[in-house]
Amino acid sequence: MTSSSVVFADGRAWVRPYGAVMPAFERTQGPKGVALTETDWSAVMLAVRDRRDRTAFASLFTHFAPRLKSYLMKSGASAPKAEDCVQDVMATVWHKAAQFDPERAAVSTWVYTIARNRMIDILRRERRPDPEAMPWDQEAEPDQADVYAAAEDSRLLSAALADLPEKQRSLIQRAFYGDLSHSEIALETGLPLGTIKSRIRLALDRLRAKLTES
Amino acid sequence: MTMTNSIRHHLNDALLMGYAAGHLSEAFGLVVATHVSLCDECRARLESFEALGGAVIEAEDEAAVSLDALARMMARLDVPVVSAPAQVRRKTSLPSPVAAYVGGDLEAVKWRSIGMGVRQAILPTGPQASARLLHIPAGQAVPDHGHSGTELTLVLRGAFSDATDRFGPGDVEIAGEDLAHQPVAEAGEPCICLAATDAPLRFTGLMPRILQPLFRI
Repeated sequence: MTSSSVVFADGRAWVRPYGAVMPAFERTQGPKGVALTETDWSAVMLAVRDRRDRTAFASLFTHFAPRLKSYLMKSGASAPKAEDCVQDVMATVWHKAAQFDPERAAVSTWVYTIARNRMIDILRRERRPDPEAMPWDQEAEPDQADVYAAAEDSRLLSAALADLPEKQRSLIQRAFYGDLSHSEIALETGLPLGTIKSRIRLALDRLRAKLTES
Repeated sequence: MTMTNSIRHHLNDALLMGYAAGHLSEAFGLVVATHVSLCDECRARLESFEALGGAVIEAEDEAAVSLDALARMMARLDVPVVSAPAQVRRKTSLPSPVAAYVGGDLEAVKWRSIGMGVRQAILPTGPQASARLLHIPAGQAVPDHGHSGTELTLVLRGAFSDATDRFGPGDVEIAGEDLAHQPVAEAGEPCICLAATDAPLRFTGLMPRILQPLFRI
């Protein structure tokens, strides 16, 4: 597959050469002055959430579908099952877009949890105990600094994962595919997970304080 | 329902990572989901492992998807979905993951006596591991037992102590094969725990060993 296209009801056509990004959501800032062009997926997802933007959704699909399919197949799904599952996951992304909170998580994290849950539902066919939902405050305008921090944390994590020696990175990937036993999961990786934990913990503290006030 | 600040015994990385990756048994998943409902520290740790899942997806190979996948997807967006009614948040005597298995509050638990005043209720989970609620009268000891596998014990009400430490509400004890312990409920109020094991317990006394198959513990 080298490109994807879809024609919308209003006659607009969406053709996307593989690997291209949507110019409107590109940002060109890299670490240490390195010029790089990367898509701001939070902005794309917010266009889907707030404006029900189908073109933005199509670009999300084109980015995530091949990656999700690969993840699902490595986790044990057949190709047709993985493909169906990807459709279900991305349909959930569209229909539950209102639950996306850019202050809390990167788009990739949110999409990942939806895919993981769907995988448990269709591959294991067990009940899936969920933690009690937190009443995240979504009415207020998101704090741009928090949104930026969440996206930046996620970008640094991806960079750190890419920098790991192949053997270590493969162990982490295999833990996600379910190829490791409980005792083989070792997480002495040096990945910046502590930073992400601290940021989420602060947000939870603020939320609890707010809930106690009201 | 949160007990965030008084919790001293937390989940370990392997359990949180296993939950984040979606590969824990249902019974262990229930203990993790319940502890995370009570403990913001572990919720934040869990979400950081889920962020790692997001990074793994970003770094993932790109499998070829069928040529009409995007068109099928776009056609599906207008198909209305039947979604489950939104969960009504209300004050419950049990954290919501446990309440979902019990089918209600603490009052709805169908206890069965397993002797010495201790009562239990098996929760219906998948076969890899088993989960149950335990009701231990104040001051009472649970029969001395060891484990073939791992046993997770999460305190919901009251407290218990064993040779290792004291465990209060929200605390989780992770007991491996090496630990033979005799938990004793603290005086004052009954101790109610959620326990999960991935292998049958090994009781050291004769009577509990004979009763074990009957009570599925």
